[in-house]
Amino acid sequence: MHTKTAKSRHFRPSGDTTLLATYGDAIDPLVNARVRRLAMSLDGLAHPAIVEVVTSYCTLAVRYRPQQIRWPELCDLVLALEERLGEIALESAETVEIPVCYGGEFGPDLAVVADHNGLDPQEVIRLHGAVAYPIYAIGFAPGFCYLGGLDPRLHTPRLVTPRLRVPAGSVGIAGGQTGVYPLASPGGWQLIGRTPRRLFAPERDQPIPYRVGDAIRFVAVSLKQYQRISREEWP
Amino acid sequence: MIPVLTTLSAGPLTTVQDLGRGGAAQLGVPFSGALDPYAHRLANWLVGNSEGAATLEMTMAGSTVEFLCEADIAITGAAMNPYLNGAAVRQWCSLRVKAGDRLELGFAENGCRAYLAIGGGIAVPEVLGSRSTYLGGELGGLQGRALADGDLLARGAASPLAAPRQLPWVPIYPQSLSLRVVVGPHDQFFATALAHFFAATFTVTPKSDRMGCRLSGPVVERDPGAPASILSEPVTPGNIQIPADGQPIVLLSEQTIGGYTCIATVVSGDLWRIGQACPGDAVGFVEVSLDTAHHILKEWQCFVSDARILLEAGWS
Repeated sequence: MHTKTAKSRHFRPSGDTTLLATYGDAIDPLVNARVRRLAMSLDGLAHPAIVEVVTSYCTLAVRYRPQQIRWPELCDLVLALEERLGEIALESAETVEIPVCYGGEFGPDLAVVADHNGLDPQEVIRLHGAVAYPIYAIGFAPGFCYLGGLDPRLHTPRLVTPRLRVPAGSVGIAGGQTGVYPLASPGGWQLIGRTPRRLFAPERDQPIPYRVGDAIRFVAVSLKQYQRISREEWP
Repeated sequence: MIPVLTTLSAGPLTTVQDLGRGGAAQLGVPFSGALDPYAHRLANWLVGNSEGAATLEMTMAGSTVEFLCEADIAITGAAMNPYLNGAAVRQWCSLRVKAGDRLELGFAENGCRAYLAIGGGIAVPEVLGSRSTYLGGELGGLQGRALADGDLLARGAASPLAAPRQLPWVPIYPQSLSLRVVVGPHDQFFATALAHFFAATFTVTPKSDRMGCRLSGPVVERDPGAPASILSEPVTPGNIQIPADGQPIVLLSEQTIGGYTCIATVVSGDLWRIGQACPGDAVGFVEVSLDTAHHILKEWQCFVSDARILLEAGWS
């Protein structure tokens, strides 16, 4: 077990104030859980030399104050925590439901995704809502989730020419990924629908309604429901 | 909150910035903050603020503003030929302005970003612990956007300076930069390119923004078989990304996660220099060890802290 751990771990500096600790090179729920456990235990230390801990699929970034801890000590600290990871229980994962109005003006590329995969648009909607997608990372934009688990029958290449402005709440597919744009931004995803929920609200105590490790399930709603939900506060 | 100024002309890109929004990267919210934190801090100390008070960051050219009350102000960073009521005034010193005074800044003649500090700090609401503007996320600063003509800004409470303050030197921003870097985090994909990379001179392009300083120059080739992109992982200001076209991008402060490989990373003690680089400036990179990078940072912090002591002791 320890040999395997040693083999699959890789510490690298990313500049002079960040340690990257990498535990794999592929999307893997176990590796991601390991990274999140380590992040939790580092956060739990509240070490004065550690500024911030950020996670992605396989990698943990530890931002540190080099005046307060030297590189070898920081590596030893992370190694020591790895030994005790078994004792760390991850917070229970929640499945967060996100209502989506598919097609029409909200999902101008629904037909493209359907045609590309030889499916009926209704079948695309059914398949897209059939899975709870695990959140492996949040980044790129506030609240933007890197999700796993898209059904291969829905994989569709990105747009050749990205849109200059994708409206906030747009739900799309890009290659083997699906996701939702919390804020308006340029983007090349195939848009299949839109959520009426405001996903990123910095004034809330919890600015986004999910955490890395949770899962997202998209729930189809009608235009009428979309309009009603968009008038509600959430959560 | 006291209304302190109105923008008669905002300038090409003027934003409210402070020392950044830490602790929100796990939500996908990047650091933001002044891209030359050295000039930002000095501007604040010159008017008696703490280093984290919000200032105005003006890019490539400055604003024209009218003041609405008496205040201590200071302009640092890029040289922008400031005029107060039609008379040339100096940068890197405190100035006392009164209601009705008009301050006009021109084009950047040396450096890229100027900072205007006001005693009491620019008063905008804190978002996730910072007043910095994050343009991509439309949050922080003044309604999450760059200033526009006719905006009204307030300041926090301040006691007027007992005596004017002045920095006893004026920083000069060279048009040819040599930035110190530590290699990695993905140098394993650039084994053959590293030597060429350190020998090359790149040019800052006009496509640069607060997310990244985009360079052009000799193509940085990744090793045969090395991937162009990787599974996304957290990025750090100073990371030098090599996208598919081989033209480096030095990441600044508006990104949290990325999937491009990074050949090297600018040391934190040199990051402010890239914040002052203008389109057309030449950039080269020099490798240092991690230990040396830490030493550079420590020296730099001592230097900046000495400058603060000097200013607050009233040297002039």
